Amino acid sequence: MSAEAWPYIFILIAGTLATDIWRWLGVLVGARLVEDSDLLLWVKAVATALVAGVIGNLIFAPTGALAMVPLAIRLGAAGFGYVAFFLARKKILIGVLAAEAALIGASYAFAG
Amino acid sequence: MEDTDTAARWFLRGMGGIVSIPALILIASFVGFGVLCRESGLTLGESVFMTGSVWALPSQLVLVGAMSAGTSTLVAAIAVALSAIRLMPMTAAWVPLVKAPDTPKWHLLLLSHFVAVTAWVWGFMRLPNAPPAMRTAYFAGFGLTLTTVNVCVTALSYISAASLPPLVAAALFFLTPVYFLTALTASARYHAERLALGIGVVLGPALRYYDVGLDLLWAGIAGGTLAFVGHKLLERRRGAA
Repeated sequence: MSAEAWPYIFILIAGTLATDIWRWLGVLVGARLVEDSDLLLWVKAVATALVAGVIGNLIFAPTGALAMVPLAIRLGAAGFGYVAFFLARKKILIGVLAAEAALIGASYAFAG
Repeated sequence: MEDTDTAARWFLRGMGGIVSIPALILIASFVGFGVLCRESGLTLGESVFMTGSVWALPSQLVLVGAMSAGTSTLVAAIAVALSAIRLMPMTAAWVPLVKAPDTPKWHLLLLSHFVAVTAWVWGFMRLPNAPPAMRTAYFAGFGLTLTTVNVCVTALSYISAASLPPLVAAALFFLTPVYFLTALTASARYHAERLALGIGVVLGPALRYYDVGLDLLWAGIAGGTLAFVGHKLLERRRGAA
């Protein structure tokens, strides 16, 4: 096997297979779920809680450039955006823009 | 003939979803990903290939970390698989929404590759507007376009990465969690989903902080089950009142 091909095979095994296997299992399980059933609602709640866990970690313990922004600013900006989102009658764009403005503004004011 | 005609129209309508807030925010997140790949020492080809073949941003972040640390294939695969467990219940919940009674299973298996948070949230908001027989075409149009565009975005941001100031990079990485949080709140229809969102967003970081193994898995199962029980209690109380 050539050395240039190895990273791609690595991505296929550790990346594609490791993620798509869950999607294929999901298709097999989902085909048996009945719409509006309690089981489907539970599956959806578990999926939502998992995604929420990912969201929480991205805010609380991020990697890369965001990790350099203090935790208090990250939490405050996310909270500010979420409140703005509700005040704007659940307009997603408003929430996102408010959170970003708070993150950038507070980073300038406190860290700069 | 008329059927293929309408299917093509719904596919095009799905492609049009690329000009939407969810799609634009994901594109911005992938700008951040291209920059991260370059900083982590991956080649352009590897970065682009990863976006197309893995198509789950949190798993891609784990994989980039593993590659730059020189982790073994097995350990990297386990770490990525753990980060991707959410795709199973997500896909399972997506299947009854997207399929018509006569949809072949292999169509669903192929389409499921596009299931990731953005397309999932989009699907729950938009698929109910399409006739059941047209939903696979509608979803395919959106998923295929979104993936293709973000493969290009990964390449472009990798190539032009050098000059991005740290605060801009931080702001780009911040888009993803804030967008997911608001979009999931907006698309939630049941108490169970709202409760799961609130519990998961606290439980995920808490379990990681206390270094509980498989933290995300437990956040999902415990948080989701609690939310489901809470939903039932709220429903019963409303029924009694």
